[in-house]
Formats: sequence, C-alpha cells, structure tokens
Amino acid sequence: MMSTEPGSGAAAQVVVQAEGLAKAYGEVQALQDVSFSIPSGSVVGFLGPNGAGKTTAIKILTGSLAADAGRAVICGYDVETEPQAARASIGYLPENNPLYPEMRVDRFLRFAWEAQRSPLASETREQAIDRVVQATGLATVFRRAIGNCSKGFRQRVGFAQALLHDPPLLILDEPTNGLDPLQVVEIRELIRRLGRTKTVLLTTHVLPEVEALAERVVLIHQGRKVADDRLDALATGESGRLLQLTVRGSGEQLTIALQGIKHEMVQLRTGAYGLTDACRALVRIPQLQASNLAEISAAIHAAGLGLLELSPQEGGLESLFQGLDVSQIASETEGTA
Amino acid sequence: MKRASLLAKRECAAAFDSPIAYIVLAALPALMALFFFVLGGFFAQGTADMRAFFGVLPIVMILIAPAITMRMWSEERRSGTEELLFSYPFRVRDLVLGKFLGALALLALALLATAMVPLTVAWLGPLDFGPVVGGYLGALLLGGACLSSGLFLSALTANQIVAWLLGVLLLAALNLPSLLLPFVPVSPGTARFLLAIDLRERFQGLARGVLSFGDVAYFLGFTALFLCLMGLVLENRRFR
Repeated sequence: MMSTEPGSGAAAQVVVQAEGLAKAYGEVQALQDVSFSIPSGSVVGFLGPNGAGKTTAIKILTGSLAADAGRAVICGYDVETEPQAARASIGYLPENNPLYPEMRVDRFLRFAWEAQRSPLASETREQAIDRVVQATGLATVFRRAIGNCSKGFRQRVGFAQALLHDPPLLILDEPTNGLDPLQVVEIRELIRRLGRTKTVLLTTHVLPEVEALAERVVLIHQGRKVADDRLDALATGESGRLLQLTVRGSGEQLTIALQGIKHEMVQLRTGAYGLTDACRALVRIPQLQASNLAEISAAIHAAGLGLLELSPQEGGLESLFQGLDVSQIASETEGTA
Repeated sequence: MKRASLLAKRECAAAFDSPIAYIVLAALPALMALFFFVLGGFFAQGTADMRAFFGVLPIVMILIAPAITMRMWSEERRSGTEELLFSYPFRVRDLVLGKFLGALALLALALLATAMVPLTVAWLGPLDFGPVVGGYLGALLLGGACLSSGLFLSALTANQIVAWLLGVLLLAALNLPSLLLPFVPVSPGTARFLLAIDLRERFQGLARGVLSFGDVAYFLGFTALFLCLMGLVLENRRFR
C-alpha cells in the first residue's frame, strides 16, 4: 500500500511518486504531464534521447528545480513541502558528476557525510566512509585530490558521496556518460550490486545500459512519457503493440477519427515526411490483431482522411525507440552495444 | 547553524586549496602597510596614531572583498557542484550563512595578518590599543558588508571575473559620494542621502574606534540586505 501523505515517509512502499510533472523553460516545454511511480527495491531505467526531459524530471525529483505543475513525492515526503526529508532519502549522482577537484577524496567524503547526515544515522562518519570506500573500490585513491583521479575513479567518488547516508533511493543521471568501455563495465557492475539493496532510478539515453541493468523502463520523449512498463512486457508486446499511422489530414482530425478505438496515443506529429497536409501518429493498441487494423482503416476512411501508412511495429524497446523518430538513437546504441 | 558552519569550513579549506587565500593573506597586510607607512606619511606625522590605517580600509576593501567572494557561487555554478549542494539537505539559509561565514573567516584571518602594522606602531611609540580594537571590530563590520554584496553578485553569474568586476564597481560606487560631493552641486537632501549610504563616510567613526549605533546598524543592515538578496537569487534559481 503506497502512501504519499506528507511526513509518512517510513510507511511508504512506493519510493518515487511523480504526478503530472510539467516544466517549461521560456517557450520550450521540457516536461508535460509526466506521471510515474517506482516501487521499493526495483531498478528502473529512465530512458529517452538527449533533450527528452530526463534531467529536468530528475532535477525536480531531487528538489533543485521547481515544477510548474504536478507533485513529486520521495519516500512519502513531498519535495516541495518537506524538501530536507525528501533529499535525505535520495543518493544523487548528477549528470557529468560535478565534484570539487581541489578537495581530497577523504575530505570530500567527510564533507558529504556531514552535509547529508541524519540524526537517526546508525553509523559513525568513519564507519560510513569505510563502507562506501569498500563498496566503490576507492581505497587506492583515498588521500588523492579528486582532480588528480582518473575519470573512472571520479565517477566512483560520485557514487560514494551518494551512498554515504545509506539512502533508500539512488538517482543516477547518465552514470556512464563519457567513460571508456572498461570503465562502463565497472560502473555497470557497481550499479548491479547497488540494485540488490536499493531502489535505483537510472537515467540514460543508451538502450543497452537499460537492457543490462533495469527491470522496468520509463521512456520519455519530447517531455512526455511514452512508455512505462517491465522490460520483458515491452519485449513481448504484452503491454500492447505499437502501430505507425500516417494520414492525409490534421492531427486533430486523426484524434477524432480514432475516438471509438481502444488505443493510447504515444506520439502525434504534423507534417510527416515533409508533407504539410499529412500527420503521423504512433499509437499503442492492446492485443493487436488484423481486425484492429481493418477497424482503424475503416474509421480513418469514414472520417474522410486519406490513409497513407498503417504499419505495426515490432515489439521491444529498440523498436519503440526507432518509432519515436529520434535519429541520434541509432548511432548511440550501435556505438555502445 | 551546524550545516552552515560545515559549509563555512569547506569554503575556508577550498580557499586554501587554491591561490586565493594566500593572495588575500599576503595582499591585505601588504596594501595596508604600503598605504599607512609609505603613502600615508606615518613617519612624517610623528605620532603613534592608527586612524589613517583604518581610514584607508574601505578603499582596500574594494579590491580584496570581491576577490574573496568572486568564486564562491560562480565557480559552484560553472562546475555544476551547485546542483550537488542543492541536492543535499541544506536549507537556503544554511547555504547563505555558510558561504558568508566562510568568506568572513578568511577576511578575519587576513585582518589578523595586518596586526603587524599596529604592533610595529606600538613598538615605535605609545599606542592606545582601545581605538585599535574598536577599529578592527569596525573593519569586520565593513568587511562583512562588502563580502555580502560580493557573494550576492557571485550568485548572479557563472563567471568569476565578471563577479569580481561587478563587486569592485559596486563597492567603488559606494565609496564615491564622499569623494565627489565637494565637486558636484547637488541639493542638500540628496547630499545627505548619498553620504548616509557612503561606505567610507560611514566607516569614519569606526575607523576612530567609535562604535556608534547608527554606523553599526548601517553595516549590519547592509549585510542582511545583500544576504537576503543572495537567498532570493538561490531560491529563484529553482524556478528558472
């Protein structure tokens, strides 16, 4: 039973609850009505291409950015009304892993422990530091200035500061970004180990990373959530098959035409293939059969729209991604597979 | 307050991990000694009097205070560590006070290093230490005000140099009225107002070791105003 009432943190089994999050930067709508929840003890991939809105959502969850609309609750604590308690429940590794290069690893960890310490902590500072140094393999660089450590070790320092106060939730924003392949393997192994005891929300734009580490995926594109399911359900099409649909007409006309058909609109774009009078949609149909295709075709003709394309997509995360019209994904997944 | 002092300690340590602390600790005593002994004509004066020493402090502070504060927010913002700080359970007032106390501690150390000047004067002739102690307390009040404005400006930009230049310009502007008023015709009301907000003018009493309520309230109010503005800047950054 999930509880999101303020102050009920100890009783919460849903660790992250995002409800209708929205955020705009000037004219750009970075997030639109994004909702999802993460139960305790799971590793969830927060996936999307660069600029999809992942980092904006993460910043809202960690309290460093205020949402224009919606609510985020961490371990039962609202990030706006109980920010200290919510933040104390999170171990956060920000994108690009910002650290103080002039500080020594040991001094930085002492500072990070003091900054995040809870009055209820069962460990002393030195015990907590020993634990994270062991978990992240930092012993060899413990007294070295952070700026003099390799990128892989700096990433481990970032993990270590996130783990110091033994938080129930780890939020890792692009944790393998910019690492060499060996370091990527090491960091993925570390995340796998951490995932055994913690809830992990892992943002990435790299498909194989999610496939290697996560049990569940929240897929975000152009600020909207387009999928939220178990990886195996996505792979088998259990949660519905995607259908690419291009018609002559407007998005509004297409939406009206599909009203009588059970579907979920994943994406709707006007001007498909450079045709200004066409629009293309990606819709999810539960238990797709040929009869559904005939039904959709008939609905479109009945609405007076010209059907230009009706194409069921293969199941699986990669197909879902490719259906999102994000050209940069293909090259990134090839390079990191 | 515990978290604020934790941040203050980190700021001090960070200053000593970079050249800033060493430059400030060397520059402040050197500039004060230069202005007092060489340019101020101490030896020609022939009396053991420290008024000229404290009198020049507002001018020296124009350069020194922004040098201490310029990196404190702008570097956090440039390097992204600001996000890390915001993700820790600090309240905005912890961040504001922590940075301020860290800067003030460094300035206090630098002021301590200038003690060689009054000690030299005391060695040369009889020196009344009462006004000297009062002068140093006033110097801390003046320094706190200058540091708070520098921190506010540092929170506005990710560029340290811009933060330093803005700090120098603001403090120079706040030192100008008492220097320019004899040459610029303004109404008596305007002149009174300009002198009331003039850092140098306000510091004159403190430089003599006289801690008047009006002057102390001015410097404390100035400091509180800019610390509040800094807090607003940090809070508003979440709504960007």
